[in-house]
Amino acid sequence: MALLLHRFITKYLIGQLSLKNFRKGKVLVGETFAQKILAKKSEKTRVEEDQFIRCRVDGLLANDTTSRLMLESFNKMNRDIAEMPEGCSIYFDHYTPPPSQDAAINHKIIREFCYTNNITLYDVGRGSHLHVPIEVGQCRPGMLFVGADSHTTVLGGIGAFATGVGSTDLASVLATGELWFRVPPVIKIELKGQLSEYVVAKDVMLEVVRRLTIPGGRYKALEFTGEAAKAMSIESRLAIASMAVDIGAKVGFFEADEKTEAYIKEYTDKSYDYIKSDPDANYEQIVSINVSEIEPLVAIHPRIDNVCPVSELKNTIEVDEVYLGSCTNGRLEDLEVAAKMLKGKSIHQNIRLVVAPQSQIIFNKALEKGIIKQLSEAGAIILPCGCGPCSGTHLGVLAPEEKVLSTGSRNAPGRMGSGKSQIFVASPVTAAATAISGKIEDPRKIGWGDIRC
Amino acid sequence: MLDKYSGKVIKLGKDIDTNDIIPTRFLMYTDPEILAKNLFCEVDPDFVKRVSPGNILVAGSNFGCGSSREHAAVALKAAGISVVVAESFARIFFRNSIAIGLPVVECTGVSDLCEEGDELEVDVYQSIVYAKGQVLEGLKYPEFILDILEYQGLTNWIAEKRDQILKR
Repeated sequence: MALLLHRFITKYLIGQLSLKNFRKGKVLVGETFAQKILAKKSEKTRVEEDQFIRCRVDGLLANDTTSRLMLESFNKMNRDIAEMPEGCSIYFDHYTPPPSQDAAINHKIIREFCYTNNITLYDVGRGSHLHVPIEVGQCRPGMLFVGADSHTTVLGGIGAFATGVGSTDLASVLATGELWFRVPPVIKIELKGQLSEYVVAKDVMLEVVRRLTIPGGRYKALEFTGEAAKAMSIESRLAIASMAVDIGAKVGFFEADEKTEAYIKEYTDKSYDYIKSDPDANYEQIVSINVSEIEPLVAIHPRIDNVCPVSELKNTIEVDEVYLGSCTNGRLEDLEVAAKMLKGKSIHQNIRLVVAPQSQIIFNKALEKGIIKQLSEAGAIILPCGCGPCSGTHLGVLAPEEKVLSTGSRNAPGRMGSGKSQIFVASPVTAAATAISGKIEDPRKIGWGDIRC
Repeated sequence: MLDKYSGKVIKLGKDIDTNDIIPTRFLMYTDPEILAKNLFCEVDPDFVKRVSPGNILVAGSNFGCGSSREHAAVALKAAGISVVVAESFARIFFRNSIAIGLPVVECTGVSDLCEEGDELEVDVYQSIVYAKGQVLEGLKYPEFILDILEYQGLTNWIAEKRDQILKR
């Protein structure tokens, strides 16, 4: 088998190099970030697009929906846990605290596996596996991370090559420290201009989703560049990177810079690599977006690429619930900007506003800054840290015919409860405006809250 | 050698989301029977009545997009789907199917050609689909993927061959 694999790779690599470079009339063009990180992790001098390789993985993540299948597959493999630089961590964030006996049993089984095998467990309340790895210094720029969750792409916001896989794939990493990859072609997304007031990173990503559509990034990596990307906070970059998978992409990458360094340094002194694409790297496609032209957007049920400006909605869409949270929009700046809208106001009487911070650290910061108080005084329900409502596991589950304005990343039927409910996805700013108005609302019509409060 | 599969077609559309295949609230279960019973329960409750063992699932492009849940592939396999043929697959579903030993074939034109109830034959090793007297060629797999499928998934593959496949 090793021989076969070697033969295949050699043949493929030689074919790739000669054909591609013959066509380009060059010896070798520059490399994308994906080529650089994957070459390094596969201990090759260079890898090419669509090449299959085996890589050493820096670390892996799983949550309470995916880790039980992982441990069952791992146990059947009958192997010891492989050494990895950043190890394996499991996070309880979907059924937290457990809403049923079955969910509690699920936690108990996973917890025992962690204790027996000396795996780090972030138990109920610590937060999401899509944010806590940054806070504990486990995931850093330049690293190759895999997670049994599709939104693992979020960690590309700090310059990691991070991607989602399934549970048995992850079990194989646990047993070997390695995984097979196909080197993704890269789509460069240049973000130019400056965001208007009331427009945030989520609106930018919804515009990207609208342009590329659900299958538009399938098997590709997305790299976000340009002045507007540089100007974004790390939390904004994480929001954008999280949704790379929602157009099928393997990775959503922002080159690490001084902002990344400042953000990471708050949590860890551990070292990391700044890896960036060469100026003459080969991009499969370049998409240029002037973010100055973007206005508050909404993705209309039942497709995330069914995006239109809130101002152009033809009918009034009254909603039953507004959800502020998720791996896309459950961070401090999201809570802060929603609180800025809600300050001194009350939510509509027919609305339930559910808020789930991504981590305990974020919750505590929001508490210190008075954000939680402002949200609560406006009528919000503050939920435990985690992912419950976005995934429909518990807390804020929808009945048939109900509608929700969600700051999550998905609106497929049944995602947040009944298959007959409807999900509309928008930014935290639009979410807050909607909570006040009772219908999907353009935040520019509502305006910021009372600044004197 | 991987088997040739033949069976009746169950047809689905494009961009089928794993969240539709099996909703998140079932992810606390790993029993394949429980998962199979709840396939498409929110959006297409009759699906389970249409499926019988040996059926071949034919779908449009980007099959299995969305969540990484391996439960989706496990549920389809447990319901008796022998092979999934689609115009294209979302990458995590594709990986998961290989990992659990559910053969998947990416084949352009299959969705237009086949209707629900048609008889189909699929040669997974050669990536060839025979339908209505036509022969469609699918995407060829690298040898190591065929090898994983021959071992009926990564679990056996790693258990048997870990030391051979390691980089160092």
